[in-house]
Amino acid sequence: MAEATYNYKVVRQFAIMTIVWGIVGMAVGVYVAAELAWPWLNFDLPWITFGRLRPLHTNAVIFAFGGSALFATSYYVVQRTCHTRLFSDGLAAFTFWGWQVVIVLAAITLPLGITESREYAELEWPVDVLITFVWVAYAVVFFGTIVKRKTPHIYVANWFYGAFILTIAMLHIFNNLAIPVSLTKSYSVYAGAQDAMVQWWYGHNAVGFFLTAGFLGMMYYFVPKQAGRPVYSYRLSIVHFWALIFTYIWAGPHHLHYTALPDWAQSLGMVMSLILLAPSWGGMINGIMTLSGAWEKLRTDPIMRFLIVSLSFYGMSTFEGPMMAIKSVNALSHYTDWTVGHVHSGALGWVGLVTMGSMYYLIPRLFNRELYSLALVEWHFWIATVGIIFYITSMWVSGIMQGLMWRAVNEDGTLTYSFIESVQAMHPFYAMRFLGGLLFLTGMCIMAFNIFMTIKGAKTVEAAIPEPAHAH
Amino acid sequence: MPDYSNLFVSEFWNWYIIVITVLSIAACFALIIWLGKSPPAKQDEHGNTETMGHTWDGDLQEYNNPLPKWWLNMFYITLYFAIVYLALYPGLGNFQGLLKQDQYVQYNIEMNNAESTYGPMFEEHKNTPVEELVKNQKAVKMGERLFMTYCTVCHGSDAKGSTGFPNLRDNDWLYGSDPKTIEEVISKGKNSAGMVAWKDTLGGDDGVKAVAEYVLSLSNRKDVNAELAAQGKEKFAICSGCHGVDGKGMAALGAPNLTDEIWLYGGKRETVIESIAKGRAGVMPAHGEFLGDAKVHLLAAYVFSLSQTPAK
Repeated sequence: MAEATYNYKVVRQFAIMTIVWGIVGMAVGVYVAAELAWPWLNFDLPWITFGRLRPLHTNAVIFAFGGSALFATSYYVVQRTCHTRLFSDGLAAFTFWGWQVVIVLAAITLPLGITESREYAELEWPVDVLITFVWVAYAVVFFGTIVKRKTPHIYVANWFYGAFILTIAMLHIFNNLAIPVSLTKSYSVYAGAQDAMVQWWYGHNAVGFFLTAGFLGMMYYFVPKQAGRPVYSYRLSIVHFWALIFTYIWAGPHHLHYTALPDWAQSLGMVMSLILLAPSWGGMINGIMTLSGAWEKLRTDPIMRFLIVSLSFYGMSTFEGPMMAIKSVNALSHYTDWTVGHVHSGALGWVGLVTMGSMYYLIPRLFNRELYSLALVEWHFWIATVGIIFYITSMWVSGIMQGLMWRAVNEDGTLTYSFIESVQAMHPFYAMRFLGGLLFLTGMCIMAFNIFMTIKGAKTVEAAIPEPAHAH
Repeated sequence: MPDYSNLFVSEFWNWYIIVITVLSIAACFALIIWLGKSPPAKQDEHGNTETMGHTWDGDLQEYNNPLPKWWLNMFYITLYFAIVYLALYPGLGNFQGLLKQDQYVQYNIEMNNAESTYGPMFEEHKNTPVEELVKNQKAVKMGERLFMTYCTVCHGSDAKGSTGFPNLRDNDWLYGSDPKTIEEVISKGKNSAGMVAWKDTLGGDDGVKAVAEYVLSLSNRKDVNAELAAQGKEKFAICSGCHGVDGKGMAALGAPNLTDEIWLYGGKRETVIESIAKGRAGVMPAHGEFLGDAKVHLLAAYVFSLSQTPAK
């Protein structure tokens, strides 16, 4: 009776690995943060120097933690909102094991220094090929499930998941076009400014589609579910969906202001980044306003708090992003820690918290258990939030200070500060950032304990598929 | 500055960019004009807001509230901003913008302003001889600031150098200590290609070890094997062409003094062996062209002043 139940197995697998990779990826992040503050921590071992561990950190948190969370929730959401089992159990299992192999290969090759040197796409070509196969299988499973849905309409969360899957496929393939010279080395087919442009077209949309569109899909299911309220506005979801996916793809050049990239491309990147503000905020409004009429849940329900605060951080960082894309602001912020802080207010505040909230909702349901401790969720929430505040405020101060020190001149026009003086000035903020990251990791460990106690000894659930409600 | 009449390999790409950009912004306008005029959400007979009538997964529903006014206005403002910005600045293909201000123009304006403001301050000291200039605290300070910007990456912010990069405070000079030479080294750079790999010439590892032992003996080191050093002394004739018969070096060639216990690449036995066997090639880049004579002159004054006041 395979048709009568949902495929929860692959959801469970990805959900558990979300927690595991979350701890691994964040722990590596905390370690590289410590290396920046106390460089002797690399012990002169090439494999654990900042340059090699940093891509491991970014790949682990984005693709292992974030990716597993997206696989888990999209498989869960697409089945439940289409009232049908996944299109193919076999292909779904392939995506799980294939994705885990990709992650393990990343964990091996990056410390060895095997890299394409493309930010967020460091993995060498054989791994890229494997990613392509997994991703095609993912698309087949996801869209196949949509096609065989029992509901007349496609739920809004699935629009976002669908856009994320399609666009990441396109970005991954075109950014990684390369000519292999050996099993572990390849050269990009693009050159010069064009290569940089393709890299940041990919890089910014990894943020826009992987870390934004995908997680908005997550938001559109788990926020109304946890709130027990209808989504605020169908109309708003249409407008901000189309505007968001349409505009994001233009924004990449703002990473290359005042470089060899032609002026026209810089300008287009800048104005499109500003236009992106409203579409981004559309998602935040739709999520937060869904809670309108049930605001008291913010006091009583720590899971709801995770979800709503994640939307607040989403709103904050999608305001900050367009501001930093303005060329004159970028002239100060570019190459400083401000960028790092901006990324982390999105990554920790938005992606991290929305994933955690969703997993607290999802995992107990996959094992038919009540959550072991709501008090621990409460603790997790506060420790993580304080950690984020430490992180982003220290990076704001450090980044703006850095930018101002670099441009400060004496009365004769010479630079007031040498580079090393700006590095020295950053040290206390690096220590503070390390503390913020450590707190965030601590929260993640509390979550892992809570989830472990929740599912310990639990039997897995086979959920029957209910008939879809008929439109009235 | 780029030639705006012809930025692209063909006219097609110019119009490709213009048309897509204009259509995209128009599409954003169309989207919010079309969906922005929304009636308030319908109420049922009990005064509750009606949903769209679709239900997923048991209880997932949607209201259809109108777009928030402030949000819609914010969207319009960013679109208008885009139009104005693309009219003023380069963005639409070959169109340079009404302000004619690209990053090259902006850069030149800033550089010209800097030149006219700060240039005379440096020019002022250009004709004062370095020996005189070091007595002028303000000028030395200017030289120090330049040093902190352009020289510290190799020579260190304390000017004491590091392995492969000479210490500028120790009164030991590869090319000579007079201000003229210092200024010339900064301006034109130096390429010390003379210390090639000597392993084959010296007859392999044994020959290298012997010469290294002799070189170590020149600075009266106590741990030297006298017999080996004696063997090395014979072969040192090859070295004396640059380092001199007494090993005291030759400033004209930049050949270091080997007798003073100052080691550019380190004085350990294995390091000296490595230097002889494999050679060394230090490079001091030329700074004259991009800093200009006036700044080089002040830098020379600062570097010269370092050897007048011994390091603490």
